[in-house]
Amino acid sequence: MGAFPILSTMLLVPLVAGLACFFLQAKAARMVALVATLIDLGLGVVLWANYDIGGAQWQFVERAELFSGFSYALGIDGIALLLIMLSVFLMPICILASWESIETRVGEYMAAFLFMELLMIGVFAAQDLLLFYIFFEAGLIPMYLIIGIWGGKDRIYASYKFFLYTLLGSVVMLVAMLWMIGEAGTTDIPTLMQYDFPPAAQTWLFLAFFASFAVKMPMWPVHTWLPDAHVQAPTAGSVILAGVLLKMGGYGFIRFSLPMFPEASAQLAWLVFALSMIAVIVTSLIALVQHDMKKLIAYSSVAHMAIVTIGLFAFNVQGLEGAMIVMLSHGLVSGALFLCVGVIYDRLHTREIDRYGGLSINMPNYALFFMLFTMASIGLPGTSGFVGEFLSLAGVYQISTWVTLVCTTGIILGAAYMLYLYWRVAFGVQKNADAAAMPDLNAREWVMLAPIAAAVLWMGVYPESFLAPMRKDIAALDARLSRAAPEGDSKPAEARPEQVRRNAANAMPHHDAADGEGH
Amino acid sequence: MDFAQSLRLIAPEFILSVGGLVLLLAAAWMGDKASRAISIASVAVLAAAAAFTASVLGSGAMGADTQAFFGQMRADAFAAFAKLLIFAAAAACLMIAPRFFDRWKAMRAEYPVLILFAVLGMSIMVSAGDLMTLYIGLEMNSLAAYVLAAFLRVDSRSEEAGLKYFVLGALASGILLYGMSLTYGFTGTTSFAGIRAALASGLSTGALFGVIFVFAGLAFKIAAVPFHMWTPDVYEGAPTPVTTFFATAPKVAAVALLMRVALDAFGAQSDAWRQIVIFAALASIVVGALGAIGQTNIKRLLAYSSINNVGFILVGLAAATPGGASAMLVYLAIYVAMTIGSFVAVLMLRDAEGNQVELIDDMAGLSRTSPGIAWCLALLMFSVAGIPPLLGFFAKLVVFQAAVDAGMIALAVIAIAGSVIGAFYYLKVVKVMFFDDPADKVKGANDWAHWALLIVSTLVISPLGYLLTGWLGTLADTASAALFLAA
Repeated sequence: MGAFPILSTMLLVPLVAGLACFFLQAKAARMVALVATLIDLGLGVVLWANYDIGGAQWQFVERAELFSGFSYALGIDGIALLLIMLSVFLMPICILASWESIETRVGEYMAAFLFMELLMIGVFAAQDLLLFYIFFEAGLIPMYLIIGIWGGKDRIYASYKFFLYTLLGSVVMLVAMLWMIGEAGTTDIPTLMQYDFPPAAQTWLFLAFFASFAVKMPMWPVHTWLPDAHVQAPTAGSVILAGVLLKMGGYGFIRFSLPMFPEASAQLAWLVFALSMIAVIVTSLIALVQHDMKKLIAYSSVAHMAIVTIGLFAFNVQGLEGAMIVMLSHGLVSGALFLCVGVIYDRLHTREIDRYGGLSINMPNYALFFMLFTMASIGLPGTSGFVGEFLSLAGVYQISTWVTLVCTTGIILGAAYMLYLYWRVAFGVQKNADAAAMPDLNAREWVMLAPIAAAVLWMGVYPESFLAPMRKDIAALDARLSRAAPEGDSKPAEARPEQVRRNAANAMPHHDAADGEGH
Repeated sequence: MDFAQSLRLIAPEFILSVGGLVLLLAAAWMGDKASRAISIASVAVLAAAAAFTASVLGSGAMGADTQAFFGQMRADAFAAFAKLLIFAAAAACLMIAPRFFDRWKAMRAEYPVLILFAVLGMSIMVSAGDLMTLYIGLEMNSLAAYVLAAFLRVDSRSEEAGLKYFVLGALASGILLYGMSLTYGFTGTTSFAGIRAALASGLSTGALFGVIFVFAGLAFKIAAVPFHMWTPDVYEGAPTPVTTFFATAPKVAAVALLMRVALDAFGAQSDAWRQIVIFAALASIVVGALGAIGQTNIKRLLAYSSINNVGFILVGLAAATPGGASAMLVYLAIYVAMTIGSFVAVLMLRDAEGNQVELIDDMAGLSRTSPGIAWCLALLMFSVAGIPPLLGFFAKLVVFQAAVDAGMIALAVIAIAGSVIGAFYYLKVVKVMFFDDPADKVKGANDWAHWALLIVSTLVISPLGYLLTGWLGTLADTASAALFLAA
């Protein structure tokens, strides 16, 4: 590829800026962090613009043999590209969200966020198994500090729980990785994705990876660290946690579990489905009774992630694409919802839902944004949430009608708790004088929320922009999985030829390219 | 092999003994006021010995050419690797000592000399090719170490540490000697090569007892569970620079010695001792991790941490492969850097009167009062916990890689799960320093030697250290090849 090592540059910028922030005063640190994240966003745009859709599977490849036993290898496909875009898009917004609310130890805070950005890009760009693991695990350190130093009242408990839960999940995966390296004789991820491990071993390897990704995702019943971490973390920490860190679990499934262990994935899909079904229903019901806004959104994240997992294990193009779009959409929407909570938390310093009410009267602009994101979370057509959930459920319908039925019920429950939340916060009478006196969004908050709103609508109205870069990669994954794909119970009728022709006339070109889609 | 050639091979030991004796005389004549000069001279002696050793490692010496005095000593690349680590650790311990002892006006000229003699003993241990040489080196090291533990005469904890170390150390030496005598009785030789040849055909019950007793004695020296009880008390009681020394140099020497005995002398019967090593490894990991949780004194905590680390090193031994031996050496090198860094950071914590701050609670809020020390110590703690991207992760990685390659997946899984328990108390140190409100106990400036050591060791364990792994891995592979070639 091109001579300019753009991925390394994207890693280097936050590294240098992060180190600089340690030695800077609060004001300068904020500025440096903002500029650095904006540079990375700019580089991300360049990356996307130069990404050759339909070109080589791995682009922007860099490789250097720097270490013993593994190498410094970077490169992205469409899936990684979109997740990197999500990360660099959210980072400047996080810095803005912390602009005023963080007053102590600003330099260290900004450094932690910049290192976080470095590690997130690294996770999605790594092409070496151990390099991936290093980036994947290293994220624990800055996040532990972010929650522990700048978090809420019970921050210490939450930070421990976050750290130890995720660590325990991951170390078993490391042993599995070491076995795979010994078996396949390489640490190169693209090679391993084509390597056929013996089916008997696959089951164990799958379970080891599952332990890590299920915790990261998080899936029921190992999701309990998430509400604690979210509630205690500062606003920007929650945004990054929900927006990007959870996506690492889904990325892990799509990059490792599915292509490397297709037989085991098919064999254990029932487990994933069962946990996802429970998650959707149980966490939705839990979300209904929450009094803490952040906790409610945290539980809704678990429910949305369950939609991702069922989509991933649908073993068809629709399911996989749906899962990816749900991840991207959830990254934007839940991030935005946490920002919305942060906006009013900064004014009243409480997340108690009952302390608010009637905000649409004194904060109309805020209420508008909040409504848009609420609707996107529910999955209203026209927003990003709809596209992802629809594709995901359509995909899984081909495999199991029952799973679809249960998960769709969960989405109805999702509408219930989100609308209930919105009603209590934005509508009704202004029962609290202090809440009624809060000013509407200021310029900084506009700058934070407007880009996300635009992205959410863009993804909802024209998802093709986001589907196109990953279409080929999803198709390749689908082809790899096809030998193990389980039999579905939905028995879709063969489409009549004249119908197919009629559909084809107005279908978008990609429907022809992606084999099996739309049947 | 002529005598001159043998003397050439033991040049580092020769330099150490002559240097030690000369400095001993200097200490007797010039007295305690010369202690600083003698410390500097001792570091110079160590550097000279290291220069001779480095060429051995660099050339990858192995095989018959490296056997001095008819195989009594082996100056091969394996010994050289361990010696370099020992010399570096000892030099660091000499650098940090004067300031600590000056507080009690207790810096005496014997300290550097005792360190030199201990290093000489360790140097002999790691080059041993015979049970007799092994024992001489071990005792030479131990005798110096007993005195060092009790070096701070004004402090009763230090006296207690010295006595405890002596009594339990003597017991362990007895066990070891008993094992050696059984081994000699059933194999008819004390040379490692001879023992290996004698055991190649089979292992009689008597010889098995010998093997077990030798392992028990050595397990005491490396502080592996169930022979670890002395460690927290001695580490806490001994003066901190001496604790730093105990946690690094003798540990390297004893582990290297154990590797030599296990993989060379008893190498033909690795199935006989593998179970012992697996048990000791897992027990050390679990006991080290659980024992540390309740500790309030940072030195005791680091003592349990060293027990925990020995467990991970033994995982590499259980593999009993060249890859496992190489992984152990890499682990040892990184362990030495982490341990020196951690203890130097602890030494830098002093209150307004200049007393050492040792209670973890007194370190509260350190990140706000002394951010430099706090960040370095936090990185070191994350590194010991094995969290990437710090170098401590690489140490664990290579050890587990060796275990998995040897087919010991269950061992790797249990050990790595144990590392999560261990992470808890390292996190606790970070939590106290970063999340709690300042206790305002730590005051006072530090000299350049401490800062230099702290910064160097932090840089080594930082992600920059990964750039060294290629080089470190090659050296360790050479050393491991030398060990297995001798076998």
